[in-house]
Order: sequence, then structure tokens, then C-alpha cells
Amino acid sequence: MFRNWKIKILFIALGGFIVLFIVAPIIGVYLKTSFEDYGFTIADEQVRRSIGLTLYASMVGTVLFGIGAIPLAYILARKSFPLKGIVNGIIDLPVIIPHSAAGIALLGVISRNTLVGQAGESVGISFVGGIAGIVVAMAFVSIPFLINAARDGFASVPERLEKAALNLGASPLKVFFTISLPLAKKHIITGLTMMWARGLSEFGAVIIIAYHPMVTPVLIWERFASYGLQFARPIAAVYMAVCLIIFVAMRLLTRNTYNAKTR
Amino acid sequence: MLRLDNISVNLGEFSLKDINLRVSEGSYLTILGLSGAGKTVLLEIIAGLLKPDSGDVWINETNITQMPVQKRKIGLVYQDLCLFPHKNVKSNIAYALKNRKMNRGEINKRIDELLEQTGISHLKNRYPDSLSGGEAQRVALARTLASNPEILLLDEPLASLDVKLKAELRSLLRKINETGKTVLHVTHDYTEAVTLSSQIAVIENGNLMQTGTPEEIFRNPKSEFVARLSGYKNLFPCKIDETTNEDIKKAVLKNNVEIFFTGNSHVKGQGFIVVPSEDIIISEKEISSSALNHFKGILKKSIIHGNSIDLIIDAGIDFSVTITHKSQKDLDLKPGKEVWLSFKASAIKFIKK
Repeated sequence: MFRNWKIKILFIALGGFIVLFIVAPIIGVYLKTSFEDYGFTIADEQVRRSIGLTLYASMVGTVLFGIGAIPLAYILARKSFPLKGIVNGIIDLPVIIPHSAAGIALLGVISRNTLVGQAGESVGISFVGGIAGIVVAMAFVSIPFLINAARDGFASVPERLEKAALNLGASPLKVFFTISLPLAKKHIITGLTMMWARGLSEFGAVIIIAYHPMVTPVLIWERFASYGLQFARPIAAVYMAVCLIIFVAMRLLTRNTYNAKTR
Repeated sequence: MLRLDNISVNLGEFSLKDINLRVSEGSYLTILGLSGAGKTVLLEIIAGLLKPDSGDVWINETNITQMPVQKRKIGLVYQDLCLFPHKNVKSNIAYALKNRKMNRGEINKRIDELLEQTGISHLKNRYPDSLSGGEAQRVALARTLASNPEILLLDEPLASLDVKLKAELRSLLRKINETGKTVLHVTHDYTEAVTLSSQIAVIENGNLMQTGTPEEIFRNPKSEFVARLSGYKNLFPCKIDETTNEDIKKAVLKNNVEIFFTGNSHVKGQGFIVVPSEDIIISEKEISSSALNHFKGILKKSIIHGNSIDLIIDAGIDFSVTITHKSQKDLDLKPGKEVWLSFKASAIKFIKK
């Protein structure tokens, strides 16, 4: 690709700098954390509970909202309708707005004196200061990742395969579950993983809706603000490791999933 | 019987205008036309994957224009086959059977029958991306047959196959038709149409130009397009002014070449003279015979087509003449040689524009 060796060296140097920029701070966290600190952190009941809560809340948000997001992605990939461009833009909104602002906005919908809030209370779900609120906050900021990935996935499935399936006597719903969904699977799983991972890292929107029960990003901030860097860093190290392991595992599991193509 | 009444559709790139067609039960009809003529669109309309702007599709006495795709008993095999890439051959075929609510035992039995019928039993567990073009074509056929359609629609089923596979698949298609299935086959290949069909419908730019048996289409092409598609090479534009009722007419072509031909009183106006290239006799000297048309010309080039040779001879206009290898040798026909052409007036066809 590069004929000129000077350009080659320049590109490698610039690229290497960017990779270092991402990796160095993370490695730094691990280098500065002693084994003793790891021991204390893992033994800390509050840390363990918060990591469990974070993984759980993000997972619930991903699954619950995924049920609606996947059909929406299908519609966006297949159908044309008025104002489709605007709907596509709306889906990206949570990525653009500051997440603390997103938290404030959500609070206006789910706090106790709103319709949604009261409906929740009546069945025993309290959003503000509760797990349900954390789930909603995480899903709000992370759902664009799933919708966009799933939409690309459905768009990559040749429409003719769906037509052929209809022609073979399958109902439209059956075509969706047996053809479109399996062929877009890789994209959708990537989208689900990204949505879950994004939920795990959410701080701004969550802290506004629920300071307690404490998700790990909030816990890291709380330890940092109350006790200082030394006490926050080990939790950060452990939490990053958990996220990383999950992320790599998902990548490996979905590596050989079928890629949509037709002959 | 399948009946299309005044089907029209405009998709921008493709359109169909006022198509009327009748396909009787058990027949093999080929829709012949160039790519882009709207053939695939017509199949999608019949299958119900596309709604026409106007017109109706009938099966026997039922109007099925608004019937959902999955309720029609019409199987479509796309040109690109559309095998499901995430399912193996067996599961591809089973897909159609499961939609028919058969039990597992029946499904497996039927799969084996279909694999046997299409000659692909050995491919049962293979995935589509590991199949060759001919194998994939057979799988697609087996899968569509599994849905037990009354009418089978085939979109260019032989287009991407080599000569040997084409012959094999042709005989398979014939066998399928012989089991009583009505087949509608779309192609751009005249030979394919002639060797398989009982009926041919020629479509040009979204218009249905002519329908008939292969014999009728070949003997009596109704338009320049049909004539060219039928393989006629000597097509010369002309204008017949004479209004006399004489049996022998005269057409004056380019460079004042005059051709005599037989025709009735309907033969007049703008049109084309067709001289079948097999009906032209070549000789070294002018011969006296009953033929009315004699021309002296120069052999420009010869093109070998398997068993025959096409000569291009300049006699004021370029004639294409089909001869055997033996004749070429006997007459020592080489480019630059002067030869005589003769043909009977009754061999000539006139096509009105």
C-alpha cells in the first residue's frame, strides 16, 4: 500500500501513538495497584455487590429494550415511511446529548409525580433511587448501539431471501424469525454486546436518577471524592478487568457466527 | 389454467404494459425476451411478491391478484436461487415442507424423494456456499417442488450453467413438466425456449409481442425483434409500395438490390424482408433454376459454428449464408472469392413494421 517508506514510518508512528494513548492509562492503573489492594477490593462486600448490580441492571435493560429495538431496527432497514430520516436521527440523540442532561430529562418522565412514576409505584416499582431507574438510565444512553447494529444487520440480508421464504409458504412472522433474524444474528449480537457494555460504563444519567443502590461507576466516583485516588483505583482496576473479560468472551463466542450472504 | 388479464406495472426501471396471457394446465410456456424486458417482474407479479398497478391474475376461476404470497400455490425459483445460506441442503428443502404442516417422518420421506428426483442425494448435508452452480440450481428446484406448487416459475434457470449441465437440467425440467406441473420459464435464449416449450411468449420492452408454439413463432415471426430473437440473420428494411394483387412482389433494398418474393394483398408498407440463411444456394457460376433471385457477390468472411459455417457475402448488401464444412471444401470458399447466390421467392418472409 505504501510505496514511500517515509510515509510508512509516519503512519506507523501516528497509529502507534493513538494505540498507546488508549492502552497506557489502562496499564497505568494496573501497575500502580498493589496485590494487597486487589485483595482488599475483591474482599469488599460493597464492591462485589455493586459490580453484580451493574452487570445485572445493564443486562436487564439490554434484554427488555432489545425486545422493542430489534423490530424497530427491522422496520428501519426494510420499510420506507414518511419522516424516516427524522426517526433515524432521533435514535442517535442519546449519543449526542450530555448524559447528565439525559438523566435530568428522564427524571421528568419517571419521577414519582409523573404518570409513569405513579404507574410504577402502583405495581411496586420505584424508578428514582431504585434498580428500575438504573435500568432505564442505562438503556436510554445505550440503545442507539443496538438499533444501529441491528439495522445494518437486517439491511445486509438480501430481501430476495425473504421473498423466497414467503414463496415457499412461510408467513411474514415466520420469515422474520427463520430467515431475517438468524442471518442478521452476528450484527444483532454485536449490538447487544455493545449496548450492554455501554450500560456498564454509564455514570452521568445513572447518578442523577439513582445514587443508591450504587453501580460501580458511581462507587468509583464516591470513593474517589471521599477518600482519594488510592481508594478508587483498585475498584477501577477490578471493574475494568471484569468488563474486558466479558467483552473479549462475547467477541470470541460470536466470531464464527454466520455472515449473511446469498449465492 | 393461469390467466393474466391486462397486467400493467410501472417500476421506473422496468415496466409491463397490458399483458394478457393464458397458460393451460400442464403446459410448458417460455417467456422469451432480452434482459431488462420485465420478465422477472412478470414472475414476481404471478407469484404475488409484487402488486400490479392494474390488471388481474387468475387461476382457473379464482382471482388471486390480492391473495397473499404464501397462500398461492405458485413456486418461484429466482435466477440467483436465493438458497438460505444458514441452512444446509436438507434444511433448505425441509423449510417448504414444514410450512405444509407435515410430520417429521413424512418430511424426511419427501426430502429423500425430492433429492432423488433432482439427483442430489449426495449433497444432503452440504451448505449452499459449497455448491457449484448446477448443484445449487437443483437444490433450488427441489426446494420449490417441496412446496408442491401447481405452477412452477423459473427465472433464467439455465443462464449460468455450462453446455453439459444445461443439457442435464433441461432433461430434468422436462421430467418435472411431464409429472403434470405447469411450468413458466423465463429466458433470453431462443434455443432454450425452442427445445423445452410447448408455447412461447415473446416480450419486448414490457410489451407482449407474440405468443404461439415454437413452430409458429419461428415460421411466422410477427416483428423484427421476434425474427432476430429466432435467429434470423438476413433482415433487410424495405418499403413495399405496390398495391397490385400479383403473387410475385418486388422489394427494393439498399443499393437498389431487388428481391422477388411471394405474398398476398396484405403485403405493403414499411417492413422487413427476411431471407433464411439456410435457404440460400451458393454456386461458383450463375445457374439457371426455378429460383427468381440471383446475385453475384464477394465472400467477405466465414465464421465456424460447430457443424455449420456462416458465410458473409457482399452482394450490394451483406447476406449471411449457412453451409456445411463439406460445401466449403468442395467449392473452395475463401475470403475474396466471387460467388453466386440464389434463392426462391417463396422462401422469403415479409414482416410488417
